Amino acid sequence: MSDAKMSSGLSRRMFMTASVSAAAVMPLVNSPTRAAQPAPAKPGEPRDLSAVSMRINKQTYNLALDNRTSLLDALRDHVGLTGTKKGCDHGQCGACTVLIDGKRVLSCLSFAVMNQGREITTVEGLASTGGDLHPVQQAFIDHDAFQCGYCTPGQIMSAIGCINEGHAGSEDDIREYMSGNLCRCAAYPNIVAAIVQARDEIRRA
Amino acid sequence: MRPFVYERPTSVSAAIAMASDPDAVRVPPTGASTQFIAGGTNLADYMKLGVARPERLLDLNTLAEPALRQIRIDDDTIRFGALVRMGEAADNNDVRRRCPVLADSLKFAASGQLRNMASLGGNVLQRTRCEYFREISWPCNKRDPGSGCAAMEGSNRQHAVLGTSDACIATYHGDFAQALVALDATVDVEGPRGRRTLAFAKLHKRPGETPDIETDLAADELITAIEVPLARWSTRSRYLKIRDRESYAFALASAAVALDMDGETVRSARIALGGVATVPWRAREAEDALQGKVLDEAAAQAAAEAAFADARPREHNAFKIPLGKRTLVRALLETRDLKG
Repeated sequence: MSDAKMSSGLSRRMFMTASVSAAAVMPLVNSPTRAAQPAPAKPGEPRDLSAVSMRINKQTYNLALDNRTSLLDALRDHVGLTGTKKGCDHGQCGACTVLIDGKRVLSCLSFAVMNQGREITTVEGLASTGGDLHPVQQAFIDHDAFQCGYCTPGQIMSAIGCINEGHAGSEDDIREYMSGNLCRCAAYPNIVAAIVQARDEIRRA
Repeated sequence: MRPFVYERPTSVSAAIAMASDPDAVRVPPTGASTQFIAGGTNLADYMKLGVARPERLLDLNTLAEPALRQIRIDDDTIRFGALVRMGEAADNNDVRRRCPVLADSLKFAASGQLRNMASLGGNVLQRTRCEYFREISWPCNKRDPGSGCAAMEGSNRQHAVLGTSDACIATYHGDFAQALVALDATVDVEGPRGRRTLAFAKLHKRPGETPDIETDLAADELITAIEVPLARWSTRSRYLKIRDRESYAFALASAAVALDMDGETVRSARIALGGVATVPWRAREAEDALQGKVLDEAAAQAAAEAAFADARPREHNAFKIPLGKRTLVRALLETRDLKG
């Protein structure tokens, strides 16, 4: 596994090592300041890279991507934001949930190239610059709303979407509208309690 | 996944022109080299699995026409632009008030995230989730015509009992389509050979001997709008969906019901059944059985018997016949008890 090449051309071991320091990871992946390779003016061959510009957590990224790259893989392997998790990669588990233009979606089923000019928010973009957690993040800690934590970034992003949509009115509503996020540890009662707390806090704010 | 060219047409006419190909009328849209993508929730999944293999994708999200993204409601119709997302339509208060079966069929489909992504035009064209269709190492007449059907003698608990053929028993899993077929919706289609309006009931084709041909559309035709007539039965309507788990699962059995009542008596009933058939399934025999009758439990039971009279079970899905009947009986009685 350690020799497996990631799509951006660095090995998993290199990536893990580099990830220890944010400064070290930047030169290895598409960075906010690095310009994309020029894409063909007219679409040519299927394997040509496409230029995609997205705002991710309020920063502009110019990426050159194979058209097949999912938004999930773009975030994790090309931008280096690994908070968004790959569970099933087929739209069945919700672990990859992010916000696009404020709406919760599954990044595994969205081709990155289709997100030109869009505003993406991942779990890394929730806390304030001063380090204060988002009310949903804080509520998940307060209510111990996870065990292994793998589904948690998706649960948190989905919970924000659920509250913003006005679908967190009752506990039954929360269960119905959060059903696209599976938790194999079955922390569901605590997740519902966390969302109730965060909903009330967001309403007060 | 097979590599593909990605392009962004800016108008319906441009998209159609880009998709236009002499082959487009001979190849079903699902097998064409150029295909449209909107939400991508079904297509991206099937491209990952190698079931869908387009060489070129045309992104419909860059089309400029505002009507594609609008829900327009007047006295006698609801008109959905094809790029309206499932979640928008499900959350539209006027849709819910005027025709609850439409809103509920969307609310109880998929998940919050998928409903934010999936367009209505794409939703009605979603392909089956038959396990043997999804996994390309199995024979499948729908995916690979003439290769056989592994579901016939396989694990066919999820499969259809109505509208099946010797070539295919794959279920049509959509929910919204059941409401549309029950309500006599129409579909506006544009293509290089002009515009046409199609009865929703004519959009999907039963598998017969050619299960790879799923719809009446050519590969260069695009659904631009779905229109639902509003009438006396619209407000007294309901969608009941029965699943293995309470949410985020396909129907084992479902019923879309709309009733026009004269007191206790059924003036006319509109009924469609989901989870049990190969296409969106209008249950006309059940409707006929109810016409002019007092809608009590016995009448509902008689209608349910009529609906499943031609059902053909396989080894593992016979339970869908009694389950489907009970689902319809409950849906009919609950719809009767709604205010008209």
